[in-house]
Amino acid sequence: MTWLTSRGSLGAGSLALATALVLAGCTSTSPEATPSGTLSPTSSSVGDLTSSNDPLTLLIASSGDSETKSVEAAVAAWSAKTGVQATVEVASDLAQQLAQGFAAGSPPDLFYMSPDALAGFASNGSLKAYGDFLTNKRDFYPALVDNFTVDGNFYCAPKDFSTLALVINTDMWSAAGLTDADIPKTWDDLDAVSAKLTANGHVGLAFGPQFERIGVFTAEAGGGLVVDGKAAVNSDANLTALKYVQSHLQDGTFAYSSDIGAGWGGEAFGKQLAAMVIEGNWITGFMTNDFPDVNFRVAELPAGPGGKGTLQYTNCWGMSADSPNQKAALDLVEYLTAPEQQLTFSAEFGPMPSIASAADAWTVANPTLAAFLAGALYAQYLPSQAGAGDVIADLNSQLESLKDGDPGAILDAEQANLQAVVG
Amino acid sequence: MATPVTTSRRAGSRSHGIRRGERTAGWLFSLPVIVILGVFLFIPVLMAIWVSFSDWNGRGSPLSTSVHFTGLTNYAAVATDGGLAERNLGLALRNNAWYVVLVVPTQTALSLMLAVLVNRAILRGRSFFRTAFYFPSVTSSVAITVLWLFLFSTTGVINKVLSWFGINGPNWFHDARGIVHVALGAVGVNSPPAALANHGLFGIDWWEWLSGPSFAMTAFILMAIFTTSGTFMLLFIAALQNISPEQAEAGALDGANGWQQFWRITLPQLRPTMFTVVTLGLIGTWQVFDQIYTGTKGGPGKTTITPAYLSYQTAFEGQEWGQGSAIAFVLFLIIIAFTLLQRWALRERRLSKRRSFHHQTRGKTS
Repeated sequence: MTWLTSRGSLGAGSLALATALVLAGCTSTSPEATPSGTLSPTSSSVGDLTSSNDPLTLLIASSGDSETKSVEAAVAAWSAKTGVQATVEVASDLAQQLAQGFAAGSPPDLFYMSPDALAGFASNGSLKAYGDFLTNKRDFYPALVDNFTVDGNFYCAPKDFSTLALVINTDMWSAAGLTDADIPKTWDDLDAVSAKLTANGHVGLAFGPQFERIGVFTAEAGGGLVVDGKAAVNSDANLTALKYVQSHLQDGTFAYSSDIGAGWGGEAFGKQLAAMVIEGNWITGFMTNDFPDVNFRVAELPAGPGGKGTLQYTNCWGMSADSPNQKAALDLVEYLTAPEQQLTFSAEFGPMPSIASAADAWTVANPTLAAFLAGALYAQYLPSQAGAGDVIADLNSQLESLKDGDPGAILDAEQANLQAVVG
Repeated sequence: MATPVTTSRRAGSRSHGIRRGERTAGWLFSLPVIVILGVFLFIPVLMAIWVSFSDWNGRGSPLSTSVHFTGLTNYAAVATDGGLAERNLGLALRNNAWYVVLVVPTQTALSLMLAVLVNRAILRGRSFFRTAFYFPSVTSSVAITVLWLFLFSTTGVINKVLSWFGINGPNWFHDARGIVHVALGAVGVNSPPAALANHGLFGIDWWEWLSGPSFAMTAFILMAIFTTSGTFMLLFIAALQNISPEQAEAGALDGANGWQQFWRITLPQLRPTMFTVVTLGLIGTWQVFDQIYTGTKGGPGKTTITPAYLSYQTAFEGQEWGQGSAIAFVLFLIIIAFTLLQRWALRERRLSKRRSFHHQTRGKTS
């Protein structure tokens, strides 16, 4: 995301990798149950999956120690249950390590896969589309399934997801004389509270200078980058949204996190450089670890002219086409995406379960974070066609200078670029 | 008649006798290097050339039968097709060209200056200064990049120091404005003349080409000068120590002052070292990668992407392996071209007629 966070996770990653190696050593020496029929019953459709006694390798991009340990524990429990050995490796650069694995013909069996990388790896045949074989297929939220569907093939099981919401510093909120009744419901409300909260070395609302955050405004305006399968970057709704953001960047009530000396929104919020930020579920763990003294609450994002809107982020358990033991991998994915396991993951490192059957239990366990789950109902996701990532990167490079830029020209330029990719 | 036979025999026995096996031994001794270079350099380079002309998509071997020759398709995509890939290459070339133009002359001049200073016999604590100047070069570039990110952060040391002089420092690593544009803006030129805005190269109009390095790139430029000057200073010191002091003395007797001694006696003799330093500088600056990868990942506003980083990004993140290799070879050609160009510029020149006449008449009068 930014240099600051990625550097942090790099260090954490190497530490976690060391942990992983130690744990891997432990599991391989411990006596295992015999590899027997504890795998899920094989239906006829699963027939074209490979099967062997080979151990499994998982490659994950961990957000930190808690995530690594949590995944390792879950995989070890599955290994003990089924007798199939499995090791978890933490990638320092997931995209690069995956690409190397695919090129060399020795990829990990299962790995974290983001939607923007999906299309590229799917098109060169590196991935096994196993979504339809999942016994819990109907339990996943449809928007997440769509996010991992390329050309009608449901590729991989969403492992969890996050949405963006409005994170509010409650001390600044009450200091400005605001109450629960003032939680913004519309853009007008947001204007009012942002103006009141801008004072004393902090801005009202901050977010990263990228479409991954600004996209909530285009969603709220009723726009989006791709509408009905067609590039719609220069729509009126998107223009309205960018002009709205631009006007507040200019009057100083909104600011990019980079412009107020923070690497990303969460850092701006923790350092109290902003009273509100637009961030996802990951901010809760970050605040607990790094800024435990900052009090905050999470609210749904206000509705714009086009209604409510937010963005969702998710990863799936990608399976490689070259894996020699896809049946066991499928069983592991079903185990890892089962309700109880996803609730454990959620409690240990943050994101929300990707399945509807865990929603109630999650809301009970996380009453203060309900706004994130509420966003799942209307969340948009970024286009994930091959090449769309480059267009978004180019859009982001233009959005960095949105404050003094020409929103119409930015959108027109990217419309042409996205049309070349999406049509 | 016998003599020539003996000589030829002797000559023959020389190569087959005592020195027999020298050839074999020579090959044997250089074999490890040949094998290592072949396996780790030559074959990969050949494969990369093949990938740049193929439709290999990153899965399996590039030499398998499912990979096809596609001619110049990948090169066309990054250089002429008018899409995002071409624009990205244009931006990368622009950024790197400014980097080279500002880094190479500055680091060469600075390292020469440091070498001359440190080489002076009267300087006290010479070895201390030599070590101090060389120190940044031995530090890992990743560590220095991280240090730089802190120094040049919005509220970092550099901006603090600038604020003592009443200067409101830029948001270095997040400021995408080009410094030439900023300077022009300060004198009231904010929009380009039509001639610049409507024409361009690689999808970038001339106004954008002339924007100058962004503040983020400027910070990297300062860093490159800081870290590499020490290395090149060592090369210059070595060359300076090869120049005998008698020549300077002779020059002094002929009435040359210190400045003239440096320009007319010392500098011409440094030409081979100068060639080395400029060549190494050109190659190093065109290949800049690790600072970008650790520091900015090409941001802000793509003003720090360089061809080397773009090649990596296109291949590993964009899964466009052919285009990534094509960019790498475009970069390769650029480096070759610049090296040949400056080899030509620094060649040993014969004196022109006018100047040689000048010399002769001078010789006669004295």
